[in-house]
This record gives sequence, structure tokens and C-alpha cells, in this order.
Amino acid sequence: MKAEKKQNKHIYWNPYFGGFLLGILIIFTFYMTGRGLGATGAMKSSVVATVDTISHTHAEGNSYYSKFINKDESVLNNWLVFETIGILLGAFISGSLAGRIGLRTQHSPKITSRRRLVFALIGGVLFGLGSQIARGCTSGAALSGMAVLSTGGFITMLSIFGTGFLAAYFFRKNWI
Amino acid sequence: MGPLIPNDIISHEWSYIIAILIGLAFGYIMEASGFSSSRKLAGVFYGYDFVVLKVFFTAALVSVIGILYMDYLGYLDFNSLYVHPTFLWGAIIGGAIMGIGFVSGGFCPGTSLCAVAIGKIDAMVFVGGILIGIFIFSELISFFEPIYSGYYFGNVTLVDSLGISPYWFVFIFTIIAIIAFIVVDIIRKKNKKIFYN
Repeated sequence: MKAEKKQNKHIYWNPYFGGFLLGILIIFTFYMTGRGLGATGAMKSSVVATVDTISHTHAEGNSYYSKFINKDESVLNNWLVFETIGILLGAFISGSLAGRIGLRTQHSPKITSRRRLVFALIGGVLFGLGSQIARGCTSGAALSGMAVLSTGGFITMLSIFGTGFLAAYFFRKNWI
Repeated sequence: MGPLIPNDIISHEWSYIIAILIGLAFGYIMEASGFSSSRKLAGVFYGYDFVVLKVFFTAALVSVIGILYMDYLGYLDFNSLYVHPTFLWGAIIGGAIMGIGFVSGGFCPGTSLCAVAIGKIDAMVFVGGILIGIFIFSELISFFEPIYSGYYFGNVTLVDSLGISPYWFVFIFTIIAIIAFIVVDIIRKKNKKIFYN
């Protein structure tokens, strides 16, 4: 058992193969739609839709929510929402084929799962906040931006990874 | 000539079906490359696994070279593509907040969705956090407004900002990426291996 534990199963794709296919997919997406991929867009739509359902007047009065509210159709009737449904399906199919499905919390043996979840929550809140300030996350701003040489996309990418490296020291106990 | 849907070569009714198919491929590629594991993703910051860097830069290079080629051959009009706008301080501050979020949470939004799809509880909490973060931003919009819509430079590309030919930029970027791929493999071999499942 112990010997088996000492090896990561090499069940993932070669990263260059994955990157190549992802690059082809981005070209295809721009060729079809004229825009790139995204991941936070659908989450933003969900937040706007939820707030709008609970209090329509509040959403209308807020200069941010009101940008996305359209009288004629639902906020969720959005390209990125459908794309995100696809992401969940695609990842589920890949995970099923590789036998990776299962409810669990993945964390380093040095920390408790409770600690892992607290830091995951903090990380999520920061990512949600940052993605709105930068108008896109790693997919929408950095990756899709870089594909068309967007200056903002490159700055966002450098800022995410640069800060990540600077902050890594303070979070090292969670990972190594 | 592309893009096909905005130019009405493919009708708009197909838009959502294509969206689901593109998402499906996106999710599949990310999950199969190992992006549903936070411990694998975080490796890039500690030098024990560089899958993020390799996939990310390979994808960026392939896509930018492919798009420029298709523009050159006349299949796709580069100038009609949506260029992510540049709000200088929004990109820097937003990116910095996301960077800390990445090391803390071990995911970015796209990868967390993949991990949710295969049942990772930490990813579900992370996505919940994203929703809270977006809610906080929206409620405090008047506070964030100056960096959100200030320092605007338009939908500029590096060709405009640096005055460099796109072909030269891609050439230099490719060389940098290849050197980075070699260097990270050396770093990874020097570092202690981290085991996880």
C-alpha cells in the first residue's frame, strides 16, 4: 500500500497536448462567435438573476446589476450560461471516463479538511471580487485576451500569476 | 469570412447549441489535463507541478498563431474580433486580488467548475465564494467604480500599446515560452516531489 501511495497516477493528458487542443478550441470559438471563452460570466448572471428575483427594485437601483437586466429576456438567457452548462457536462464526462467522480474534499495531509474549506471560501470570494474589478477571470480576461493580443489580457495574466508567486509563501502550509 | 455568427454565415439560432458544444469541449479538455485537482494546480506556485503554465501558455500560443494565420489567409477578420478592453488599474488590482485568491483557494473559476462536476466539495465552496465575491462587488459598486471604469485605454492590443509587429511579438513570445518550458522542468526535478491523489 505504502509503495503505491508514493506515486501519482499518470492518468492526465500530456499538458502540451491539452494546451494544443485548448488553443484549437479558442481559435474555433473566435471563428464562430468573434469572442473568447469565459467562466465567471455565468456566475455573475446567476448573482444578478438571484438579486433581481429577491428584490427587483434593489437590482434596478444598483448601477451594476441594472447593466445586465433586460426587460424582455432573462439574465440567464446568455451565451456564457450555456457555455458553462457545457463545461460542467464536459468535465463530468471526462471525469466519468477516467473514474474520478466522487464527493470528497481534496487537501494536503498536513491540514484538516475544515481548514481547506475555509481557505477555499476565502479564495473564492477574492476571485469573485477580483474578476469583476478586472472585467474577467483567467479564462475571459487572461486566456481569451492573450489570444487576440489584448493589452489588458496580458496585464491581468501577469498580475494574477505575479501576485500568486508573491503570496505563495504565506499559504505554503496548505499545499506543501 | 469569419467570425461566422456575427457575420450571419451561421444563423443566431445556433448560437446556444454551439455554446454548449464549446463549453463541453472546454470542460473536457480542462478536466482531462488535470485542472480539477487543486493540488495539481497549486503546484505551479511551489514548483512541484507546472501543468497550469504548460497548458496555459501552449493554448495562448496556439490560439494567437492560429488566429493570426487565419487572418492572414483571409478566413477570419482579426479587426472584428472582440478585444478584452484595457482598464489599467482594474487589470492590475483585479489581477492581484485574483492571484491571492488562486493561492488561497487552489482554483480559478473555470477549473473550479470542472472540479464541481466531478464532486469536489472544496470546489463547491470555492464557487459559493465567487458568488459572494461578485455580490460584494455589485453592492459596493460606487466604491469600486473609479478603478472599475477609470484608466481606460480602449480595446487596445499589444500592437497598439508597444508599437510592435504582431508577428515579431508572437515570435519572441514563443521563444520565451519554450525557454520557460525547459526551465520549469529543471526546477521541478530539483524540488521535492509532492504526492497527492
